[in-house]
Amino acid sequence: MRQKIPGLLLVLFWASLCLALPAQQIPVTAEPAAAAIAPVPEVKAGDTPNDGGNAITVTWQASPDEARGLVEGYEVLRSETVDGQYSKVGYVPYGFTSFDDQEVPKNASDFFYQVKTVGRGAAAFTLSAVSNPAQAREQWFNTARVNALISCLLFTLIVVIFISRAKRGQSLFIRRIAGLAAVEEAVGRATEMGRPILYVPGLSTISDVATIAALNILGQVAKKAAEYDTPLLVPNRDPVVFTVAQEIVKEAYAEVGRPDAYNHDSVFYLTDSQMGFASGVDGIMTREKPATNFFLGMFWAESLILAETGASTGAIQIAGTDAISQLPFFITACDYTLIGEELYAASAYLSKEPMLLGTMKGQDWSKAIIVLLLLAGLATALIAPGTRDFILKILKVG
Amino acid sequence: MKRQIPLIIVLTLGIVFFIQFFIPSQVSTNIYQTTLQWEIVISAFAIVLAIGSLINHHLLKIRRRKEHWWNSIVTLVALVAMALLGIFGRAKGMESLGQLYRTLFLYVQAPMDSAMFSILAFYMASAAYRAFRARSQEAALLLISGFIIMLGVVPFGSLIWSKIPDIAEWIMMVPNMAAKRGILFGVGLGMTATSLKIVLGIERSWLGGGK
Repeated sequence: MRQKIPGLLLVLFWASLCLALPAQQIPVTAEPAAAAIAPVPEVKAGDTPNDGGNAITVTWQASPDEARGLVEGYEVLRSETVDGQYSKVGYVPYGFTSFDDQEVPKNASDFFYQVKTVGRGAAAFTLSAVSNPAQAREQWFNTARVNALISCLLFTLIVVIFISRAKRGQSLFIRRIAGLAAVEEAVGRATEMGRPILYVPGLSTISDVATIAALNILGQVAKKAAEYDTPLLVPNRDPVVFTVAQEIVKEAYAEVGRPDAYNHDSVFYLTDSQMGFASGVDGIMTREKPATNFFLGMFWAESLILAETGASTGAIQIAGTDAISQLPFFITACDYTLIGEELYAASAYLSKEPMLLGTMKGQDWSKAIIVLLLLAGLATALIAPGTRDFILKILKVG
Repeated sequence: MKRQIPLIIVLTLGIVFFIQFFIPSQVSTNIYQTTLQWEIVISAFAIVLAIGSLINHHLLKIRRRKEHWWNSIVTLVALVAMALLGIFGRAKGMESLGQLYRTLFLYVQAPMDSAMFSILAFYMASAAYRAFRARSQEAALLLISGFIIMLGVVPFGSLIWSKIPDIAEWIMMVPNMAAKRGILFGVGLGMTATSLKIVLGIERSWLGGGK
């Protein structure tokens, strides 16, 4: 080992020396090309599709000198008239043969483009021929999103079918989800121990679907807490989430006939600061010693700080998030974890409301269809390898 | 009526913004941008309620002499001091207050935030210790995979065997990515289903109460 390290350092030294040498020689090889660099052929300009206007896409063929390593990049120039003043609107390095001019001054007016091939030498550049006139136009339908539209409509149809089935009274089987089955037990445990329940509806805003899912579950948990007369603590990070959570808990208490038991101070705002919020919740856990902790919604780096502190206080912990990078932390430090979609299924699972169960069933069937399509796509791509790009193109949402 | 008006608003806006997603024109984009600005205005109103809640929460603690109630005094003093310094520190001739605000932020709040974040490193170590105990076949598999990945991302791994970074890359890009995509499919469908439930008025607990 002692001999290996100096040897390794020696190799690294020589390698860096060898790599540095060609860099010094570049001007020598590039100089002769300065006068003879070839312009790019076939410069075409056209409206950028599926946008709100003010954008033109310019395409060209690579300069023949690019393969010889003489080209550094391409400057794109724009003018309002064919023989007018051309000004630089963008630059792309070699290897690229298109540019999206996103700052076209006006729609439905002609613009002309030229591509300046920039060589490796300081004076080495050459101008292409002028492109055809092009106009930027706004579109009223994004054709690159047709696949998304079809998928959404198909999904809605499947959900509607299952909702109508549920309405007709057809029983819908939903598999047991351990984390959700434990909610009642967790609330009961807090009641028996005479300690509060802590519910954190994530740290994100109301525009996050995970937050909405967490608030839906909060309604169910608050009802159970109201029934058992167990104190509930709901700290919030977002002001809008705070107001919605307060209303949900208040209504839940009223719905089970216990409006008198509702404590206005049980749902409160802590702080907007991420780590400030984490330390605030940690403080609540160590001071109030809640018997049950719910961490449901969107979490970031604070997830493990919260879950580990909760575990150290001996609370039963149920977590759920769709943030994939935080799931391992919750799985390690919490008793039960709702993984991804289980968070969205929770309100249906807990309420056993047929309409909600119908949507859940529709979700499952849609997933089955996706799996079947994936298998079909895989088989097609294996049988006919040329179709792979076509399949990927169909699936791409613009 | 208290329930129906919000439901009508949600249904209408839900359909409008679903359609908006497929229309790239400037009118459509402007409508979307304006709505985002409304959201900021609503948040500004909500923050008044939130601050009210914060003050009320801590005043109650002080009044009832709850455990560690003096911490609430610190919170309220800090809240008022930072707000006043932030507001008056921008006025002409009161730059020293603005400087004090920046000093308090840089030398008190920022280090506290950093200290909190640094605790994460220790928690990660303890969580990793518990996660990497080979108590079952699956846990053993996780332990081995984790070990290979850790070796693969440090230079020492390639010194042991040059193929270790490639194996680590394969674990991350194939089995790990497959599991991630499986979860993401579920999450995507779950989000769509939740949005649909809210737009169609099937899920109403966000309004407060159940059905």
